[in-house]
Amino acid sequence: MEVAEDTTGATVLDVENLTIAYETRKGDVEAVRGASFKVREGETIGLVGESGCGKSTIAFGIVNFLGPNGKIVEGRIRFQGEELVGRSEGELKRIRGDRIAMVYQDPMQALNPSVRLGDQLAEVLTFHQQISNDDAWQRSIQMLKRVNMPDPEEVMYRYPHQISGGQQQRVVIAMAMLNNPSLLIMDEPTTALDVTVEAAVLDLIEELKRDFKAASVFITHNLGVVARVSDQLCVMYAGQMVEKGAVTDIFRSPHHPYTMGLLASVPRLGESKADSALHPIRGRVPPPAERPMNECIFAPRCDYATEECRKAAPDFIEVSPGHVARCIYTREIESRPRTTKKRRIGKDPEPARSESPEGELLSFEDLKIYYPQESQSVVSLFGLGEKKFVKAVDDVSVRLSKGRTLGVVGESGCGKSTLVKGIIGLEPVTSGDMEFLGIDIDRPVSEREVKLIKEMQMVFQNPDSTLNPSYSVGKQIARPIRRFKTVPKHQVRDEVIRLLKAVRLDEIYYDRLPRQLSGGEKQRVGIARALASRPDLIICDEPVSALDVSVQAAVINLLLEIQELYGSSMIFIAHDLSVVRFFSDDIAVMYLGQIVEIGPAEAIYSPPYHPYTEALLSAVPIPDPDAEQKQVRLGGNVPSALNPPSGCRFHTRCPRRKEMLPDDGEICEREVPPWRSTEHGHRIFCHIPLEKLETLEPVVHSSG
Amino acid sequence: MAVNEEATAAIPVETRTTHLRRIWEGISIILASKTAVIGLVIVIFWVFVAVFAPFLTPYTPLEQDWKAPNQGPSTRHILGTDELGRDLWSRLIHGARVVLVILPLSGNLWIPGGTALWGVFAALIVGMTLGLVSGYYGGWIDEVVMRLLDAMMAVPIILLYLIIMAALGTSAVNVVIAITIVGTPGIARLVRSLTLDIRTREYIRAAETRGENPWYIMFVEILPNARGPIIVDTMLRVGYAIFAMGTLGFLGLGLPPPSPDWGSMVAKGREFILAGSPWAALWPSVAIASLVVGLNLLADGLREESMRYQ
Repeated sequence: MEVAEDTTGATVLDVENLTIAYETRKGDVEAVRGASFKVREGETIGLVGESGCGKSTIAFGIVNFLGPNGKIVEGRIRFQGEELVGRSEGELKRIRGDRIAMVYQDPMQALNPSVRLGDQLAEVLTFHQQISNDDAWQRSIQMLKRVNMPDPEEVMYRYPHQISGGQQQRVVIAMAMLNNPSLLIMDEPTTALDVTVEAAVLDLIEELKRDFKAASVFITHNLGVVARVSDQLCVMYAGQMVEKGAVTDIFRSPHHPYTMGLLASVPRLGESKADSALHPIRGRVPPPAERPMNECIFAPRCDYATEECRKAAPDFIEVSPGHVARCIYTREIESRPRTTKKRRIGKDPEPARSESPEGELLSFEDLKIYYPQESQSVVSLFGLGEKKFVKAVDDVSVRLSKGRTLGVVGESGCGKSTLVKGIIGLEPVTSGDMEFLGIDIDRPVSEREVKLIKEMQMVFQNPDSTLNPSYSVGKQIARPIRRFKTVPKHQVRDEVIRLLKAVRLDEIYYDRLPRQLSGGEKQRVGIARALASRPDLIICDEPVSALDVSVQAAVINLLLEIQELYGSSMIFIAHDLSVVRFFSDDIAVMYLGQIVEIGPAEAIYSPPYHPYTEALLSAVPIPDPDAEQKQVRLGGNVPSALNPPSGCRFHTRCPRRKEMLPDDGEICEREVPPWRSTEHGHRIFCHIPLEKLETLEPVVHSSG
Repeated sequence: MAVNEEATAAIPVETRTTHLRRIWEGISIILASKTAVIGLVIVIFWVFVAVFAPFLTPYTPLEQDWKAPNQGPSTRHILGTDELGRDLWSRLIHGARVVLVILPLSGNLWIPGGTALWGVFAALIVGMTLGLVSGYYGGWIDEVVMRLLDAMMAVPIILLYLIIMAALGTSAVNVVIAITIVGTPGIARLVRSLTLDIRTREYIRAAETRGENPWYIMFVEILPNARGPIIVDTMLRVGYAIFAMGTLGFLGLGLPPPSPDWGSMVAKGREFILAGSPWAALWPSVAIASLVVGLNLLADGLREESMRYQ
């Protein structure tokens, strides 16, 4: 506080050599080892790394929420010059007071569901300060305005469940900022949000950072997010910091093999499988009990490791002022040869394939899936009254050719999953024609023929629930083989092992139970199970969104290899637009049950855009601090599918119609827009004429 | 079930060792909890004496010694005798036999598996099926099944037992039927709630995507994942069933005399407590209490220990 060092201001938080351990039955296990960093006033430091790297443990260590079995073994945490380690609860309360605030991942758990938001906000003020209830109420409203909450006065009287997830997170941030804290700790604050909402919340965080001058610690696994909000970056691996420095330095020239690996394993927005490859990091983060003390922790997964790396734990070596990496080869890493062979990943798809489709595999025309909505009124008990429907999928038409991949993107609640359930036959179709391999499939799965069912299989999202915990891996893969009689009975075991090998798992996995596998391995088994019937169409419902980035890359590569090997067609659903772009040949953008834009992937990602696609693309966090990205933000929430807006469903949130159409785009409210086609089957569902849409600037200018 | 048969037929030795390992894991959970071990010891004691009853006593339960009625423990009759001079130890362990080891059908005909166990087993089959069906299908099927079971649960249990036994008459088989009817709604509710949770998992969707038969999904995909709570609940229910048998016997609605039945032993012995011979009423009461407490301890310990590992 006394001496303001240069322009960045005083050091607010100074963590030095922090080691945190958890007591377990097997003795103490170190979750964080020797972590040091400083945060100055007005500065944001990003902690980034995969799950299990100790990021959250550091945050909990700072606020002393380690739980009954966690303890700080060694090191110092100084907050505004005062030591926090070793103080009693009461002293900590005095030191911290209202000056450290925290924002968590799940806003629903930070807000009390049975107390009005206004009361929760005002309580933050009245608890820490001598302030009247009325004043507190007024100041809370001010703060809600500050976080761009629509009708703040109204929101004060609502309960948490009555506002959307993005708004809840705004309230939590408002609550954290109310006491004007000196230090703000954010633990994955946007991970649970949709990409458009995430972008708006990140904008807000940036704005608040400028205005409030709080020091903040930002924890995330998402490289794109950290590139946007942080000034300084700490890359963590297995409890240790492996690389520290300014964000731009690290992203421009990473010097630790782990950081390099992380950056190589996420696709940049706009990259596709045709022109680039993803490089996963092999293996997995070792559990805390199995981390070696006297050698480099990353060595077993490192592409550059030598015998030298296993002799002693490496120290930080300076790359440039303020940029250090924990690797003995830091200085020469860019020119060093890799000690492991890089696996060849896919070959370039023949250009001919995209031009001449081999024939149609799946098509549906004007597909509608409506859910009847049970009305609460007494009248409806007698079957009277108006019947309401949730229009989950409304008039969707798609054609998919053999061997191609269709990506489906959109915010949550846009009908992606319902569409897939309709195709697979788990959801009754209200109307429309569906054809698969020339056969009408307009009926539930229980009435379909076995030979049709086997051609259509699915890969699921959540690795923890994709496998039945009661049966071994082998049995679960064998089941579809037996059911569809892909091979004679006595060859089932060989076939299962062949499939395991196809997804790069060893024979020993045959007898393992799902709980003995890691997330990525479970997902591989899920893919093997889907492949067992040798399907023509594989539907992947967010297959990588629950995985860590390094594992994600491996699974994506695996899916690409499989597609090349078996020539299967895929429908790939994801909310990560970079991944979808990387993976797909064609992309359909969905909004509120309708497709608003469809066409070849490269056409979707460059103008002309549908205004919704433009907003989605500009919201994607890009792992490159130098990239310039247009800021198009959507106001409001996704309207209810029970009562979708008239005319163009997107008109309530469309940022473009007022500037690009006469009469402030009044036509959008009245009339359903026409399909506008450009070449190569690229179609846009919008009132704005193509010539005008073409004048939109590309969303991303990469500096590279 | 179907899967196990397949497994033994097609898959070689390694899988069987994993089965063994799983059984051993189950046992080690019990051994990790003191409560469960105490419960297990009590239960094993009763199962042991019930199985070997004919070898553990020189008397048959029906043999009357007219010269020695209403005696206390002695070297000839270790627990004493009842009002007809029948050996209490012999009657006690043969009573345990009816509860835990044999189900008398008629005359000398009996099948293995005690009355209480058969009752709970039957309730489990019926309750599990109803619970799975209403939880998996939902909709009006769920509505109809659950409202019917609610109606049954609305009748006080003792009353329900009395109505059923009065209508069916007294016999071991009818006791089984009564236990089944009374136990079904609770099991169905438990299984239904577990099913509601499990059916939303993705492996169920994977099975549906394969076009599996609904019965396969319910019994092979869902049921094994609900087994933990079901096992614990079943142990408690065996306790309740033993209690119910005691109650029915006491009210004269259990096994027909002169068969050794704990409930009816208490009912008879009760008259002689004030006359200075509490033994005939005491021992069967202790037996019922200890067996029920033992099963409860076992279930509690198992639940606690398995929760801790999650």
